[in-house]
Amino acid sequence: MLSKRLIACLDVRDGNLAKSVKFVNTKDIGDPVAAAKKYYEEGLDELVFYDITASSDKRDIMIDVVSSVASQVFIPFSVGGGLRSVEDCSRVLLAGAEKVNVNTAAVHNPALISRASRAFGAQCVVLSMDVRRVGPAEPIPSGYEIVINGGRTPTGIDAVEWAKRGERLGAGELVVNSIDADGTKAGYDIELTQRMVHSVSIPVIASGGGGKPEHLYEVLTEGGADAALVASILHYEEFTIRELKEYLHGRGIKMRMRY
Amino acid sequence: MIQIVDYGAGNLTSVKRALDYLGIASAVTADSEAIRNAERIIFPGVGHAKTSVDVLRQRGLDSALRDAFSRQTPILGICLGTQIVLSHSDEGDAQCLGLIDGNCVRFDLRSPSLKVPHMGWNSITVVKQHPVLKDVEEGDEFYFVHSYFPRPQDEAHVFAVCEYEITFPAAIGDKNLFATQFHPEKSGKAGLAMLKNFCDWDGTPC
Repeated sequence: MLSKRLIACLDVRDGNLAKSVKFVNTKDIGDPVAAAKKYYEEGLDELVFYDITASSDKRDIMIDVVSSVASQVFIPFSVGGGLRSVEDCSRVLLAGAEKVNVNTAAVHNPALISRASRAFGAQCVVLSMDVRRVGPAEPIPSGYEIVINGGRTPTGIDAVEWAKRGERLGAGELVVNSIDADGTKAGYDIELTQRMVHSVSIPVIASGGGGKPEHLYEVLTEGGADAALVASILHYEEFTIRELKEYLHGRGIKMRMRY
Repeated sequence: MIQIVDYGAGNLTSVKRALDYLGIASAVTADSEAIRNAERIIFPGVGHAKTSVDVLRQRGLDSALRDAFSRQTPILGICLGTQIVLSHSDEGDAQCLGLIDGNCVRFDLRSPSLKVPHMGWNSITVVKQHPVLKDVEEGDEFYFVHSYFPRPQDEAHVFAVCEYEITFPAAIGDKNLFATQFHPEKSGKAGLAMLKNFCDWDGTPC
């Protein structure tokens, strides 16, 4: 049996680690390479780097971050943020990332998913989405709307429909981030996760709201997620990877416990 | 010097980076002579079997690998590389290298909750000892990403197995060739130990 995965997300701005709360009040809190190395040593299963650098002329800093991580960290990691073309994706993959994460650019240009999938294989393409609960209405029957530009721009696109379309286009995995839950540490959006798990047959990574081990347990069991993504609770050292994994393992979830 | 075979299949730099980290000299090459005369070879890869075998043939790397195999050069296959050392792959109905008799087949799972590709960390069980596997302990997990798996004709060529509804071969080998379906270069310390063991192995069959 596959183990459930514990994934840490590192937001990187101008080469520094940052973590936002509900996408605002972003502050720099350290070196992403050092954080990645520490989490790897502590038994993390996978990493996601999200480049939130605003200006495109500083994007090369991210390539340096990716390549330093790749020479010290031997678990899979994906990179997202600002990837608009197959060439952009190719650069981070050559720098040593295992997968690419596409979000806003894929909404603007869905062919990016299919092109990247053809070029690198579906296993390489992660469709990441920021989702806000809006209540069921005409263009959004599921009641969950896709929001882009780092949570700023609503699109009128139904999140469940977008997930299914992403899978058809060739995405190999979904990261479903609940904007309502993000940064609250009050638990993942279980209903949203369940809807996604039942709508697609690719792995679903739940994101947003993980504040304590019980939340991870809920989203991996009741929510049906294949992996749980965490950020602040690790970055602010509220829990260690070992504590999270031991809790989940102790409650009967198969986790990678030897590292 | 270890030669890492470049046939346009996926990210070959991750194997190189892992070897650099271990302090083991290696080079990525598409040169058939470099492969033919290599001290040691790693044959990695991610991608489509038929497409990749076609590239191998165009570059003359198929015969170079066969020659190296018959010269007792230690060879490590990884993921797609492992699938291609068999005689055939169902992915694109590809005639492969045939270093080990067998076929590469797609997962055909009954459980709707199990996804293909089989992607993530899974434990392996060693069924036959091998120098490359000497440090594997009960509960060690490795990183897999694949929709097809190798099925050698002779069970004696299976060294480790993995469970994913069915039991499938996770590591196969014959003579101076050893090959894993999982990615040791992405499997943390357990994977690095395996790469190190391969580099210490003289290619003597067990």
